[in-house]
Amino acid sequence: MRRKELGFQMGTGVLGLVLVAIVFAIGAVLAKQSMLSIEKFGLSFWRTEVWDPVSGEFGALPFIWGTLYSSILALLISTPIALGIAVFISELCPARLRQPLVFLTELLAAIPSIVYGLWGIFVLVPAVRALEISLPDALRQLPFFSGPPLGLGMLSAALILAIMVIPFSSSVAREVLKSVPAAQREAAYALGATRFEAIRAALFFARTGIIGAIMLGFGRALGETMAVTMVIGNNPRVSLSLFAPQYTMAAVLANEFTEAADDLYLAALTEIGLVLFIITLIVNSLSRLLIWSMSRTATQVPEPVEPAVDAA
Amino acid sequence: MKTVHNSLAVLAGVVLLIGGAAAQKLQMNGAGATFPYPIYSKWFSEYNKQHPDVQINYQPIGSGGGVQQVSKQTVFFGASDMPMNAEQLQAAPGKILHLPTVLGAVVPVYNIPNVTTELKFSGPLLADIFLGKITKWNDAGIAKLNPGVTLPASDITVVHRADGSGTTYIWVDYLAKVSPEWKTKVGVNASVNWPTGVGGRGNEGVASTVKQTPGALGYVELIYALQTKQPYGSVQNMAGEFSKASVESVTAAAAAAAKQMPPDFRVSITNAPGNGVYPISSFTWILLYENAKDKAQARAMVDFMKWALTDGQKFAPDLGYAPLPADVIKLEMAALAKVKTS
Repeated sequence: MRRKELGFQMGTGVLGLVLVAIVFAIGAVLAKQSMLSIEKFGLSFWRTEVWDPVSGEFGALPFIWGTLYSSILALLISTPIALGIAVFISELCPARLRQPLVFLTELLAAIPSIVYGLWGIFVLVPAVRALEISLPDALRQLPFFSGPPLGLGMLSAALILAIMVIPFSSSVAREVLKSVPAAQREAAYALGATRFEAIRAALFFARTGIIGAIMLGFGRALGETMAVTMVIGNNPRVSLSLFAPQYTMAAVLANEFTEAADDLYLAALTEIGLVLFIITLIVNSLSRLLIWSMSRTATQVPEPVEPAVDAA
Repeated sequence: MKTVHNSLAVLAGVVLLIGGAAAQKLQMNGAGATFPYPIYSKWFSEYNKQHPDVQINYQPIGSGGGVQQVSKQTVFFGASDMPMNAEQLQAAPGKILHLPTVLGAVVPVYNIPNVTTELKFSGPLLADIFLGKITKWNDAGIAKLNPGVTLPASDITVVHRADGSGTTYIWVDYLAKVSPEWKTKVGVNASVNWPTGVGGRGNEGVASTVKQTPGALGYVELIYALQTKQPYGSVQNMAGEFSKASVESVTAAAAAAAKQMPPDFRVSITNAPGNGVYPISSFTWILLYENAKDKAQARAMVDFMKWALTDGQKFAPDLGYAPLPADVIKLEMAALAKVKTS
């Protein structure tokens, strides 16, 4: 019996190691394949704005900028909506509506991203263009709204990303809210809290999980490819403007890999993959760190209360 | 019980049949350009009907991928919309032949509200627009070529391909020939550092962006403009005529080039001289080792190529490609005879 236990432990341990090995293997292969570009450009690859396959000048800055900018914008738009959906479904919604709403949000998550992209081209982009045209001239002077109203560009990309991210964040946030002990809410009501205050308390209790839900959405936004490339305008420029066509790392990989014939070009594209890999790693580590530090303070705060509970 | 028995016997028979057929069948793998994929898949299936023992598989992974795969010998033949350069040929383990199969054209498509007259362009004009030097539709240069057309004072939105593409290669190859500034500033490749404009993904991405954006000017393959019924302009050729892309004007460009065809067929026919020529035309090539390791495959491939260059050409016009001129076919037949099949 003991031996069986040990075998089980070892077996799952090995499987866990396989996961670690895969992450390292991906990193190693990406680094090896992009060696030519790493040697030629070094760290300047991260801050060069030129992407010229003809003369062999490559820099990743516009793609890094576009990826982070579009993902952060998408997060700003999606977070309040996703939280609103989660709160409504888990706290306020009549029982009869709950299942259909859960089903619908999950359906959004199941739509392939190319379908989002096509919808983006034919519905979202013309709507965004109309919105851009109707913007008053005074606002057009701001750096956020400069440039011609094309429809294609950062705003469309951020909107489509937000729509794609909402089901993920809201599903996880909903589950997290569901796991908040009923005693928490009851305690809040017992103290005379209004419904809003009770929900706020529940949200506060679940905050680490909710941050996790948001970061999950961020991770998805960083790597999203097809829908973004179809609406972002694919122009490697660094710009604050929401109207400007820009580019992301995942999009340039999808677009240029098939026709990249010479070695340096391929190596530079692979290095973009490596950069995306590193940035995703950093973002995930930071969110882990954030959750970890928050859950530590969360367990520290109630401590003085515990003896009192014990005594009772 | 008996029925189970019977069906098992049938199943066994089917398995044997498939196994037996696979043993005799000659399979060849190729990969490369997406542009000729519709006619290649038509050819391979038609040829398979006539020669059931030969099956050709083709993966449309892009010209760059085709060149790479054939150089690494992971596929038997490659296909590309741009000829391999000297460096790439040097790096390949054996001598690679370029065999033109059909011709295609790239056309300027535009969307100007309230303009129904077909617009005329010249090479230098298109280059200046794509360089971002001409930014308004009512520019004097455009007006001069299009007398009588009332052009709006709106911005020109340049739309180009975002993905690396043989279509882009043909387009910028032409721009580089007619504009020295384009040649030095931007250059020629399957994807370039665009001075201006927005990028659409694929022909459909460019076509839909042009369709939706008032004031847009882009470029797509001829077949795409025909299928989507999008207005496209004529382009001034070297003889000074404004030529509209069609099967005839594209074949005329190839015929003009055939007179001085280099022996390895690696020739660009954009901006070809002569009357009735559409200037933004190009061959697309199949890449083949002259001395391949597998002689059985080489024999089958030569037979297939001979068929494609003769009987196969009749499928071209319906699919939006121009057939090769007779002179080029004659030269290619001579080149095919040099492929070592034993």
